Amino acid sequence: MAQLAESPSLPRDEEGPVFREPWEAQAFGLTVALHKKGLFSWEEWTAQLSMEIARAQRQGDADLGDSYYRHWLAALEALSNRKGLSNSDELASRTRQWREAYLNTPHGRAVELSAGLDGRRGSSED
Amino acid sequence: MSHDHDHTDPPADIALRVKALESLLVEKGLVNPAALDAIIETYEHRVGPRNGARVVARAWTDPEFKAALLEDASAAVAELGYEGRQGEHLQVVENTPELHNLVVCTLCSCYPWTVLGLPPVWYKSAPYRARAVSEPHSVLAEFGTHLPASTRIQVWDSTSEMRYLVLPMRPAGAEDFDEEALQSLVTRNAMIGVEQVSMPGRG
Repeated sequence: MAQLAESPSLPRDEEGPVFREPWEAQAFGLTVALHKKGLFSWEEWTAQLSMEIARAQRQGDADLGDSYYRHWLAALEALSNRKGLSNSDELASRTRQWREAYLNTPHGRAVELSAGLDGRRGSSED
Repeated sequence: MSHDHDHTDPPADIALRVKALESLLVEKGLVNPAALDAIIETYEHRVGPRNGARVVARAWTDPEFKAALLEDASAAVAELGYEGRQGEHLQVVENTPELHNLVVCTLCSCYPWTVLGLPPVWYKSAPYRARAVSEPHSVLAEFGTHLPASTRIQVWDSTSEMRYLVLPMRPAGAEDFDEEALQSLVTRNAMIGVEQVSMPGRG
């Protein structure tokens, strides 16, 4: 396997864990769950994902496979928006609410969404 | 750390975005949290290249299964309990001394999940997606795979409707191996087509 490390253009991996971080697994699972529920077809999904990957490449992403689940999440957000499952306003507001929930929760306690404010625009200090 | 412990450090923005989407979809009743956990558990721990290795070893030892597999792979692997979740068809392509098969997905990362689990990082990378088609010989060489000049390479571009699994050649010297021993020889990379199956210690 030694020569493999010498080929810089192809990223390598061993047969390691399939997800590098928990959010990658969550994003993957959400997509499969929504598809199983019949909310979009797999053709629609791969078309959206291909589009996000192509867009990221145009914007300079080296696209070495490590950014793959970022494209995956962008595709899932876009397709959810298009299918009316969620929209970018509520996503942005909910993301802020989660961040505040973390900041308001003492270290070591479980973080509950209700610990964040209701995600109103401008309610966050950061 | 200079700050005290009256708060919890938020995770990275991208993780917060996933939490936001997940919590909204759960609230709307579009996603069941238990079903979500089950999907993740399945793909993290239960579905992996060992499924494909079992298919390959069975094909090497059971001519009837092999014939059925090459005829209708979706149906043949379903008999072993591996069923496609995305409604895709599976085609098995057989390596021979004259023909070597290589699988890629040029547009995204379509992959035979049910038999191989989730794709490795390099499979999802732009260099592999592009070069597997334009210069398959040098891609194979980077994986340490050197084929005789007389062997033709056929590249299969996966789609959302059609996935491919390579049936590698049974290595010389493995004639006496039983199905279980054969399974242990079969690697994920051999079933994508970037490597051949080799005997232990001759890798």
